[in-house]
Amino acid sequence: MTPQGWLQAAVFLAIVVALTKPLGLYMARVFAGERTFLSPLLAPVERLLFRVCRVDPVREMSAASYLFATLAFSVLGLLYLYVLLRTQKWLPLNPQDFDNLTPDNAWNVAVSFATNTNWQFYSGESTMSYLSQMAGLTWHNFVSGAVGIAIAIAVIRGVTRTDRKTVGNFWVDVTRALLYVLLPISFIGALVLCWQGMPQNFNPYRDVTTLEGAKQTITGGPMASQEVIKELGTNGGGFVNANSASPNENPTPFSNLFEMLLIFVIGAALTYTYGRFARDQRQGWALFVAMALLFGAGYTVAYAAEAAGNPIVHHLGVAGGNMEGKECRFGVPASSLFAAVTTDTSCGAVNSAHDSYTPLGGLVPLANMQLGEIAFGGVGTGLYGMILFVVLTVFIAGLMVGRTPEYLGKKIEAREVQLAILGALVLPIFALVPVAISVLIPAGTATLGNGGVHGFSELLYGFTSTTENNGSAFGGLGGNLYFNVVMGIVMLAGRFLFLIPALALAGSLAGKKSVAETVGTFTTYSPIFVVLLLGVIAIVGALTFFPADALGPIVEHLQMLQGKVQ
Amino acid sequence: MTPQRRLERRPKARSLFDREIILRAIADSFVKLNPRWQARNPVMFTVEVGALAVLVFWLRDLFFAGGHNAGFDFAISAWLWFTVLFANFAEAVAEGRGKAQADHLRRTKTETYARRMSDGGEERVSAALLRKGDLVRVEAGELIPGDSDVTQGAAMVDESAITGESAPVIREAGGDRSAVTGGTRVLSDSIVVRISSNPGDTFLDRMIALVEGARRQKTRNEIALSILLSGLTIIFVFAVATLSPFSIYAGTMQSVTILIALFVCLIPTTIGGLLSAIGIAGMDRVLQRNVLAMSGRAVEAAGDVDTLLLDKTGTITLGNRQATEIIAAPGVSQGEAMRVAFLSSLPDETPEGRSIVTLARTTNGADGELPAGAAFVPFSAYTRMSGLDLPGGTAIRKGAPDAVRAWVRERGGDGAASVLEGDVERIARAGGTPLLLAQDSRVLGVIYLKDILKPKQRERFDRLRAMGIRTVMITGDNALTASAIAREAGVDDFLAQARPETKMQVIEREQAAGRLIAMTGDGTNDAPALAQADVGVAMNSGTQAAKEAANMVDLDSDPTKLIEIVEIGKQLLMTRGALTTFSIANDVAKYFAILPAMFAIAYPAMDTLNIMRLTTPQSAILSAVIFNALIIVALIPLALRGVAYRPRGANAVLRDNVLIYGAGGIIVPFIGIKFIDVLLAALHLT
Repeated sequence: MTPQGWLQAAVFLAIVVALTKPLGLYMARVFAGERTFLSPLLAPVERLLFRVCRVDPVREMSAASYLFATLAFSVLGLLYLYVLLRTQKWLPLNPQDFDNLTPDNAWNVAVSFATNTNWQFYSGESTMSYLSQMAGLTWHNFVSGAVGIAIAIAVIRGVTRTDRKTVGNFWVDVTRALLYVLLPISFIGALVLCWQGMPQNFNPYRDVTTLEGAKQTITGGPMASQEVIKELGTNGGGFVNANSASPNENPTPFSNLFEMLLIFVIGAALTYTYGRFARDQRQGWALFVAMALLFGAGYTVAYAAEAAGNPIVHHLGVAGGNMEGKECRFGVPASSLFAAVTTDTSCGAVNSAHDSYTPLGGLVPLANMQLGEIAFGGVGTGLYGMILFVVLTVFIAGLMVGRTPEYLGKKIEAREVQLAILGALVLPIFALVPVAISVLIPAGTATLGNGGVHGFSELLYGFTSTTENNGSAFGGLGGNLYFNVVMGIVMLAGRFLFLIPALALAGSLAGKKSVAETVGTFTTYSPIFVVLLLGVIAIVGALTFFPADALGPIVEHLQMLQGKVQ
Repeated sequence: MTPQRRLERRPKARSLFDREIILRAIADSFVKLNPRWQARNPVMFTVEVGALAVLVFWLRDLFFAGGHNAGFDFAISAWLWFTVLFANFAEAVAEGRGKAQADHLRRTKTETYARRMSDGGEERVSAALLRKGDLVRVEAGELIPGDSDVTQGAAMVDESAITGESAPVIREAGGDRSAVTGGTRVLSDSIVVRISSNPGDTFLDRMIALVEGARRQKTRNEIALSILLSGLTIIFVFAVATLSPFSIYAGTMQSVTILIALFVCLIPTTIGGLLSAIGIAGMDRVLQRNVLAMSGRAVEAAGDVDTLLLDKTGTITLGNRQATEIIAAPGVSQGEAMRVAFLSSLPDETPEGRSIVTLARTTNGADGELPAGAAFVPFSAYTRMSGLDLPGGTAIRKGAPDAVRAWVRERGGDGAASVLEGDVERIARAGGTPLLLAQDSRVLGVIYLKDILKPKQRERFDRLRAMGIRTVMITGDNALTASAIAREAGVDDFLAQARPETKMQVIEREQAAGRLIAMTGDGTNDAPALAQADVGVAMNSGTQAAKEAANMVDLDSDPTKLIEIVEIGKQLLMTRGALTTFSIANDVAKYFAILPAMFAIAYPAMDTLNIMRLTTPQSAILSAVIFNALIIVALIPLALRGVAYRPRGANAVLRDNVLIYGAGGIIVPFIGIKFIDVLLAALHLT
């Protein structure tokens, strides 16, 4: 470990902190329907859209209607992408003349993008037409991110409102998330990435002869415009298979930093937006601090493990950290940092092969996802995931001080606990049960890149990643009919079965009356509360997955220390 | 209201492990193994299912697998059964203690006969046959057959059977002292009472139902906590069940026994096993303080209360205000003022009235009889005056200064109405009560009534403030008097010149601001407010209407009891929270005991995780299971007594409890499991 490595993380986090307030404040204004500096430009567009779609922007929905709109919108989007992928051969903008996707693969890709997962059982550069990339995948990258933000805002409203029946209007929130948040940042971001050397064209791939005299095909395409939303919307689906490890998708150290910032910025800023809606910024910063601590802990372990390297390799005379699967351009710190960032959120973009990390280094991305991707988290999903944990924590803490627990003045009662627990059940069930099935049937282990403990880790990582809608993979796990179908189901469950209790919770809290605060009320922004919150996250997350992790990365680590390979 | 002084306390607080209760509880622990009973508690039900499954596997091993591993399976099965039994035992002990308390109260009810009044006369029936609305005559020396209201006559009643108070009290028809409780004895005179509840539906019956398991309803907070615990249990079902295929992949088979052992260790059995005991014990603590709660919910709500409405009289001050001085108005002789004050107070039976008589007698030698034909006008909360109407048309009034002045003005005494303003204000400022004395259109003087604060109340209010509870004093006094007393007593706020309906308004206003209110009351006037308050405590000396409206009845009729009830409510929730945290935190150590043991053969490297250095894989698993069972027993006293409680701010309480039960919950099982393992190894049991 080097001071430079720590400094990279510190500078990165400092920029995130600096961006949190301005962007959070901006989003608070956008979703409260107030004027912003972009209003002169965008308000007419917004009004036109609402008129054409016959949306009454002041009419709010109940949590149930909001949920129905979300589900209907997502299902239609899923069907649209499925049809596009099954017909791309006959559609324009397909200079490489790629074939239609198979039904199972198209299903997997359609679910994957509609759920903001971007798990990719395909190589973009050899499968997807430019039209599929732009009108299909990139379109979903935008709207699935916007849906996430909209739900977070609905949940924020629900938690912070008193005695109301509604949580906002889904169509208005999605439109505003797209128009005011995702599109402007993406527009600027794409230009920044082009400036850093990222391709943005419709040319066919170019065959070149390298300096060494080798033949190479250089991928082109509208890459920068997809790249920026890939990160900003925490989607993670690469234009090319190598994702952000490819020099085209991540040309420079600056683009690397910029991409990581795009991944974190909305999730972090939403904590400020939350504080604004709660009329108490401390509530927002408390969540920010809890998230930052989770992020810091993950990076520290990953960086330490990767910098320490593999003693077995050291024995062979190769000193230093673990560079297998990492770009020399980024080295150990920037790779570990990217790995932590991409799994603290539901992004899943990668600039190194997580599969090749040391066991503990690889455990960090896995554990980040097992904790529910709440260290800033996916756009929107991170915040409402965190709020479910807050509800559980408040309930336990409230009992310990001898009061029926309350959060922001709302009593946390049986219904809220029930909804939070339902949300907490999704991950253990859908991440563990399919792994258990997979290890027992031939199709489940046929395509593993490795056998033994590491193969188990690949499966565990794969299903955790798909349940949490992350999309990053412990390489090695190859696609087949079984995985296409099952992972599609898992991704749907991970997104929507979690979203339903979150919205129901919002509806339930919105309807509650507020209770006065006294010295008998514990503060939900005190350090002790943050500690307890982290404890609950650790208990629910880590204790559930400890047995599985023990049989994967942990035992692999212990074996490595004893000098054993498998 | 006349609060009674407590002369003796009823013997209470039996030892935690009373022999009789323990024996009955042990028997009950087995009765409660009935799955239908266990189904009420999902966590312990799954343990019982697990224990049964391991038992079946043990029998199979014993008879079909040549006894291989049978000893281990038997040990695990036995300890899983113990886990269930210990949880049952905890509940049974709590029930036993509650029942003992209730029996003590119920004893008075058995075999009472009553003279029921029928059309023609009276008939002698068993008290158990009385229905609501029956009229019953009770003579001196007889027991009152059931909760009822006096409809005719007045009598001295000995209520010591339920209150422990040996001084008899007066109960009379009409007014706020008409309610009598079943099982108390009439000492003098004869009264007719109207039975107010059907058999099986008295306050006592309802209270008994709260501590007897079969009819006990889960409270809302218990339901919420049960959902959390069931949710965690379901999560661990998946975490442990999937471990079986994972093990197969790793090339090792896990026996069902070991998987069930791991599962039971991980699910929150500690809190699951003690949950109902905690609730029952909370009810029992309330009962021990001689308070009947109508529901468990009421006790929990007491813990949430953040505003207490306290009647000044009886709660903050002793009921008896003493007249200490009579100041004559200008132009009125001291003797005349004294004489009129004396005269008007002669028929006044209130302590204040009697103290005026005493003052006039001792300082002025006033004496005499009430003139024939004089009519006494009793004090009422609306007129805020009392007085005499003399036969000649002369009227005397004494009471609240503004009320008396208005009365004087009505009678044409405009000019005289404003005299003595300075003295009235001086008395009020000093916290005394000025009573203005007037005869027809003349103000004669002002009587200085001194309020005597109850001792030690200030510390109690400080405690409440530390807990975040605001105290509001309600008094009929004027604002000046009220603020002086409020300052002296240390309450946070006061409401002066309150009328009966003011309480209701205050409660509604405070509730609209999101506060939870507790109050005490005894009069029929208080009934709506008692019903509206989140926690309403009726005095046993109060009317039946007040008791019906309240959700608790204090048998001692001690308004300060409210403070203790709040503390019990808080302690009840805290005990649940502390044990939940402890229970979940225990899982860390159990993982470190069991997981390395499970995979000792498949992955020898895993032994690094055996940080407790437990002797053998089998002893490690067994030690964890034994610890998991014994910790329930070890925590029974805590569950029954409640966690230590000191009145402090919520953040300080949270910090301490997280440290004690969170950090402690992580550390204790490491020590406990290691200790058990060492013991097992020393005894060669593994």
